[in-house]
Amino acid sequence: MDKARTSSRRTSPRLWLAGGWLLLALLAAILAPLVAPQDPLAQDLMLERLPPFWLDGAEPGYWLGTDSLGRDLLSRLIFGGRIAFIVAFAAAASACLIGSALGLIAGYFGGWADRIISRVVDIWLAFPPVLFAILLVAVLGTGLSSVIIAIAVIDWTRFCRVIRAEAMSQARMDYVESARIAGYGRMGIMLREVLPNVLPSVVALLSLEMGIAVIVEAILSFVNLSISTDDPTWGGMIAEGRLSIHQAWWVLVFPLTTLILTVLCFSQFGEGLKARFDPVLR
Amino acid sequence: MSATAKPCLEIRSLSAVLANGQRVLRSVSLAVQPGEVRALVGESGAGKTMIGKAVLGVLPKSVRIVEGEMIIEGEDLGRLDAKARRTLIGARTALIPQDPLTALNPSRRIGPQMTDRLVRILGWSGDRADSRIRQLLDEVQIRDPERVLKSYPHELSGGMRQRVLIAAAFAAEPRLIVADEPTTALDVTVQKQILRLIAELQRDHGTAILFVTHDLGVVAKISQKVSVLYAGKVVEEAATVDLFASPQHPYTRALMLATPRYTDPYASLKPVDETVLAGLAAEIAAADQAWRPSHG
Ligand SMILES: Nc1ncnc2c1ncn2[C@@H]1O[C@H](COP(=O)(O)OP(=O)(O)OP(=O)(O)O)[C@@H](O)[C@H]1O
Ligand SMILES: [Mg+2]
Repeated sequence: MDKARTSSRRTSPRLWLAGGWLLLALLAAILAPLVAPQDPLAQDLMLERLPPFWLDGAEPGYWLGTDSLGRDLLSRLIFGGRIAFIVAFAAAASACLIGSALGLIAGYFGGWADRIISRVVDIWLAFPPVLFAILLVAVLGTGLSSVIIAIAVIDWTRFCRVIRAEAMSQARMDYVESARIAGYGRMGIMLREVLPNVLPSVVALLSLEMGIAVIVEAILSFVNLSISTDDPTWGGMIAEGRLSIHQAWWVLVFPLTTLILTVLCFSQFGEGLKARFDPVLR
Repeated sequence: MSATAKPCLEIRSLSAVLANGQRVLRSVSLAVQPGEVRALVGESGAGKTMIGKAVLGVLPKSVRIVEGEMIIEGEDLGRLDAKARRTLIGARTALIPQDPLTALNPSRRIGPQMTDRLVRILGWSGDRADSRIRQLLDEVQIRDPERVLKSYPHELSGGMRQRVLIAAAFAAEPRLIVADEPTTALDVTVQKQILRLIAELQRDHGTAILFVTHDLGVVAKISQKVSVLYAGKVVEEAATVDLFASPQHPYTRALMLATPRYTDPYASLKPVDETVLAGLAAEIAAADQAWRPSHG
C-alpha cells in the first residue's frame, strides 16, 4: 500500500499539469461564445497586427494581439480549439475502437484471424500517412467528417499493432489457461480476462492519438484541406501567421505554441493515466 | 481400496505428436483412483506437463493427440463434444499451476477472481461463493483474508499466491486436481509448507491428485502411487513404497542415484549413466517401430 501511494504521488504532477491544461482548453472551447473576448471572425483593418498585451501599442481586450486582418488571436484560438477537440475525440475514439478490437482479436485468437488482420495492417503501413490523409480527404471532400474519417482510417493500425502484441503475450499467460480449464468460453476470456490487462495501454494510446489527431487536423488545415476556411482552426492560423512572421511574430507563435502544448499534454496525460491504472506499474 | 472402484482418471495408451511428427507422448497409460495421489516423475522435457494439459484439454495448438483415451470418472473425453468436455473438465477438475504469479490475472483483485468461477461457471450465489472462499483461505492458513481478498496478485508474496491458488483449486470441490510442480517456483522453506498444505487439503477433501514433479523427495512425501516418465513413455509404475524399496527399471535406479539425500547431500550424487540412457534410447526406438506401422 505504501509503495502504491508514493509512486502514484510521483506520477501525479504530470498527470495534473497535463490534465489541467487539457481541461482548461476544453472548457474554453465548449464555452467559446461566452469566454471569447471578441468575435473571432470580425475583421477591423484599423486594428491589424496589434501586439500582445505586454508590448507597446497593445489594445485592451485584445490580449494576444490581432492578425493581419485585425481579428483577435485569443478568440480565434479559443474557437479553433472547438474543431481541434471535436476532431481529437471523434477521430481518436473511432481509430481506437476499430484498432483495439481488431488487435485484441488477432492477438488473442491468433491463427487465421491474426494472419488476415496482420496482413491488412502491413498493407496499410506501406502508405505514407500524411499523403494517405491528403488523398483520402481529396476523395471524400473537405469537411469536418471527412477529416475525422481520414484520421480514423489511417491510424487504427497504431492501436491494432500495440494491442495485438499485448493481447498475444497475455494470451500465453497461465491465468488464461486456468480460465479455459475452469470452463470459460473464449469470448468471455478475451473480454473479461485479457481486455482489462491491455486497457491501460489502450487509454495511453487513445490520449496520444488525440494529440496526433490535433496535429493531422492542423496539417490538413495548413494545406487548406480541412474544413471551410472561414472557421478558425489552429492549422489555418499557423498557415496565416507564417505569412506575417516578420511583421508580427505573435500571429504564428501563439497558435503554434497552443498546438504543441496541447499535443504534448495529450501524450503526457495518457502516460500518466497508464501509470495510474496499471496495477502492476502502480 | 477395491480393485473394482471406478478410477477418477484413466489414461489409456495416449500418444501425441508435434507438428513435425515428433512424438512427445508414447502410449502413456496411467490411472488415478479416487482420493489417491499419483506422482508423475521424470526429468525436464519428459512430457509431464503435456500429460496434465492433455487431461485438462489445454494442449498447445502445435501438439496433436493421435491415439488413446482419457476417461474422467467413467466419461470418455473423446466421446464428448467440445462443450460437454469443457463442462466436465470445469466441474470435475482443477489445476494447481507451477508459477503462481502468471496463474493469477494481474489486473483483477484476488477476491473477485476467486469467487467469479464459482458464481459464473457453477452458478453459486455470491454469498455462498464468498463464504466458501473464506473457508478455503482459512484452510490454507491465510490469517488476514480481508487484505488478501482486496489485493492484486503482485501485492502478495509467492507463497501467499500459491496458497490462494490452492484454495481456488479446492474451492469447487473437484474430484481430480492436476498439480504441475506446484512448489518449483518457491524457495525451499516455503516449498515444505506448501507441500504440507496440499497433502492436508487432499486428505481432508478426499481429492485425487495427479502430482507432477521432477523431485523424488517430493514423490516420497506426497504420493501413494508413482509413474516414472522418460521421453514421453512410462518406464515404470508402482506403489510409491515399492518403488523406493525396489526400483525395477534401470532408469528409475539411475534417477534415485542422481537425487541428493538430506543425510548425505553430495556423496552419492551421479548423473544418469550412459549405458542406462543407451538402453532407454533402444527401448524407445523399439516402441516407435512397433507403433508406426499401424498409425503412420
Ligand atoms: N508449446 C509446445 N509446442 C511444441 N512442443 C512443446 C511445447 N511445449 C513443450 N514442448 C515439447 O514437449 C516435450 C514435453 O514437454 P513438457 O513441458 O511436457 O515437459 P516436462 O516433463 O513438463 O518438463 P519440465 O520438467 O521442464 O516442466 C518437450 O520435448 C518440449 O520440448
Ligand atoms: Mg513441466
